[in-house]
Amino acid sequence: MRYPFPVGKSDFIQGDEAIARAAILAGCRFYAGYPITPASEIFEAMALYMPLVDGVSIQMEDEIASIAAIIGASWAGAKAMTATSGPGFSLMQENIGYAIMTETPIVIVDVQRGGPSTGQPTLAAQGDIMQAIWGTHGDHSLIVLSPSTVQEAFDFTIRAFNLAEKYRTPVVLLTDAEIAHMRERVHIPNPDEIEIVNRKLPANEEEAKYPFGDIHGDGVPPMPVFGKGYRTYVTGLTHDERGRPKTVDAEVHERLIKRIIDKLECNKADIITYDAYELEDAEIAIVTTGIVSRSAVRAVKILRERGVKAGLLKLNTIWPFDFDMIEELAERVKKIYVPEMNLGQLYHLVKEGANGKAEVELISKIGGEVHTPMEIVERVVG
Amino acid sequence: MYLKPAYEIREKYLRKDMLPTIFCPGCGIGSALQYTLRAIDDLGLNQDEIVWVSGIGCSSRVPGFVNFDGLHTTHGRALAFATGIKLTNPDLKIIAFMGDGDAAAIGGNHFIHAIRRNLDVTVILINNFTYGMTGGQVAPTALKGLKGTTAPYGQFENPFDIADLAVSAGANYVARWSVFNYLQGINSIKKALQKEGFSLVEFLSPCPISFGRRNRMKTSPELLRWYQKITVPLAKAKKMPPEELEGKIVIGEFADRDRPGLVREYEAYKKRAKKMMGWEE
Ligand SMILES: Cc1ncc(C[n+]2csc(CCOP(=O)(O)OP(=O)(O)O)c2C)c(N)n1
Ligand code: SF4
Repeated sequence: MRYPFPVGKSDFIQGDEAIARAAILAGCRFYAGYPITPASEIFEAMALYMPLVDGVSIQMEDEIASIAAIIGASWAGAKAMTATSGPGFSLMQENIGYAIMTETPIVIVDVQRGGPSTGQPTLAAQGDIMQAIWGTHGDHSLIVLSPSTVQEAFDFTIRAFNLAEKYRTPVVLLTDAEIAHMRERVHIPNPDEIEIVNRKLPANEEEAKYPFGDIHGDGVPPMPVFGKGYRTYVTGLTHDERGRPKTVDAEVHERLIKRIIDKLECNKADIITYDAYELEDAEIAIVTTGIVSRSAVRAVKILRERGVKAGLLKLNTIWPFDFDMIEELAERVKKIYVPEMNLGQLYHLVKEGANGKAEVELISKIGGEVHTPMEIVERVVG
Repeated sequence: MYLKPAYEIREKYLRKDMLPTIFCPGCGIGSALQYTLRAIDDLGLNQDEIVWVSGIGCSSRVPGFVNFDGLHTTHGRALAFATGIKLTNPDLKIIAFMGDGDAAAIGGNHFIHAIRRNLDVTVILINNFTYGMTGGQVAPTALKGLKGTTAPYGQFENPFDIADLAVSAGANYVARWSVFNYLQGINSIKKALQKEGFSLVEFLSPCPISFGRRNRMKTSPELLRWYQKITVPLAKAKKMPPEELEGKIVIGEFADRDRPGLVREYEAYKKRAKKMMGWEE
C-alpha cells in the first residue's frame, strides 16, 4: 500500500499533522469534522490524505453531525475519527454517550484551548479533563489518553484506535493547542512495524445474535457490523444482550451499564500507562499530564540539584484512573503537587486517590501559557 | 398492483419477538411502515443490504420492529449517522424513518445538509403535526391555530412545508401523501427506493392520541376527514389562487430528477485527488 507521506523515517511535523498520519497508519478510513482552532490542521491533513488511501474525509455541518457520521461509519465497518476543540467537544457529548451505550469503537481528538465558551481559540489549556471523563450524562466510562509531545501525539493516536477496537469503546485523545502547533521530530515507523488491533467480529450466526452480551466472558461482545446479514438492531436505549430495548427493567439496565464500565475497570492494567521519573526515593511527587509534564521533568532536575528529593509521575492515560497507584504513592511521599493548566481538575482525582495519606497541592495556571519549570520549583521549595 | 395479504408481509419482515409495537390504536405509523415493506417486497430488494436508521420519537421506533440491520440514534441526527454508513459501505441501501419534529426541528440542519449533499438515502417522514412520543407538544409543521401542550391557545408560528423545503434544498425525489393514499404512497416509496441521491416520501399520519385529542379529532377517521378537507392534489393546487391555498396542504409528487448522488460524487473526487497528486493517470 502506498502512503501519501514518508514512512520508516523521521519527519519534522506539527502535533496535528502527527495525529492525522498516525490515524491513517492505524487503519482509519473515515474522518468527519468541522473546522475549529486549534484542531483544524488535523482535518486539513485528513482531507489531503484520505482520498488517496481510498478513505473518506467529509466536512459536516457541525460537530454533532461529525461524531454521528463516524459512529455510523464504525457500524458499517470502518475505523473512524473526528477531531475538535472545547466548544465542538461540548456539542459532541450526547453522541459520546451514544457511542458508549452502543459500544461503538471511535476516536475523538479534543485539542484543548482556553475556555469556557469560545475563550482563547489559539492558546492552550487543560480545561477539558473533566468534560472528557464526565461530559456525557448517565453512569458511564470511556478511555482518555493524554500526550505531552508530538511523538506521543503520534504514538497515542495509534494506541487510541487499538484500544477503541479492543474494548469496543470511544477513546478520547486529549491534547492541547501547544502540542497541536508545535513542530518536533517524529519517528514514523514502517506500517509493518506497527501493532494493529482489529475489533472482534462474530465467529458465527449464534455469536452475532448477542451483539451486547458477554459471550466470551471478557465483557467485550463481538461486533456484528452492518451488511453481513446478521440483522443487528442498535439502540441508545437500555437494551438486553440481543439489543432489544428494555427501558424499564432495572436488572437489565444494571447488567448492561456495569458490564460497559467493568470491561474497562477490569482491564486497567492494560489500558493505563504512565511514566515515572526519579520516583524511587522521592519525598516530593509531582503528578501531572500532557504538556505540563515537560516543564515538570525540568523542575524535578532543578529540585534534585538543589537537594530536594523530587520525582514525577506523568499520566498518559487519565481515564480509567488508577486511584490505588496514587494512594501507594501518597504513602511513600510527604507531599504531592499537581501542576495543571486549569483551576484544578486532575487535582480532584489525585486528591481522591491520595486518600489523605499525603497532602496534595494544586499548582494551577490559566490564560494560555504552560508553567515554566521555575514556577513549579518555586512552589515546591516555597 | 397486486397486493399481497398483510400477514405475508408481516411474517417476512417483522421481528416477532419485538411485537406488539408501541404504537397507539389508530396511529398512522404502522401504515407507512407497511407501505415501505410492500415497496421493498415488490422491488425484490435484498433484506441484508438495507439498513434502517432513525432518530428519536414514535416514528423512530420503526427500525426496532423490522428484521433488518438498524441504527436507532439520537434525536434529529439520523441522517448524519446515515452519512457515515453510506460513505463507508455504498452497497448498503439506507432507509431513514423520521418524525416531523425529529427531521425539521432538532434535525433541521442535518436534513437540509443531507439534501444539499444529495446523500443516497430514502427518507420516510411521518408528519403528524406534533411531538407524539413526548405527549403532544407543537411541531414545526403544525399549522397556525392547531393546539399542542406547549401552545395551548393554538400555534402562533408559521409552519414548515417539509416537502417544499426538500425540493428547494435539491432532493432528487420528493412526494407527499396522507397515509390514506396507500397506492400513491407505495408507488412513491418504490420510486424513492430506486433513486440515486436523496429521496423523501412524507406522510400525513394520524396521531389520535397526542394530537387529535387536543384538536377535537379523537379518532383516526376524524383525522382522515380533516386530511380530506385540508389536502389539495398538486394539479388542482396549480390552478388555485394563493388565498385559497392558505392553510391547505398540497399532496403529490414535487420533484423527480437525477442529479448525481453523494456516493458517486465522492468516487469522482477520489479519482480527481489521485490524478492531481500524480498517483493515477
Ligand atoms: C436531545 C433530545 N431532546 C429532546 C428529547 C425528547 N424527545 C423525545 S421524542 C421527541 C419528539 C418526537 O416528535 P417527532 O419527531 O415529531 O416524532 P413522533 O413521536 O411524533 O413520531 C422529543 C422532543 C430527546 N430524546 N432528545
Ligand atoms: S403518540 Fe401518536 S404518533 Fe405516537 S404512537 Fe401514539 S398515535 Fe402514534
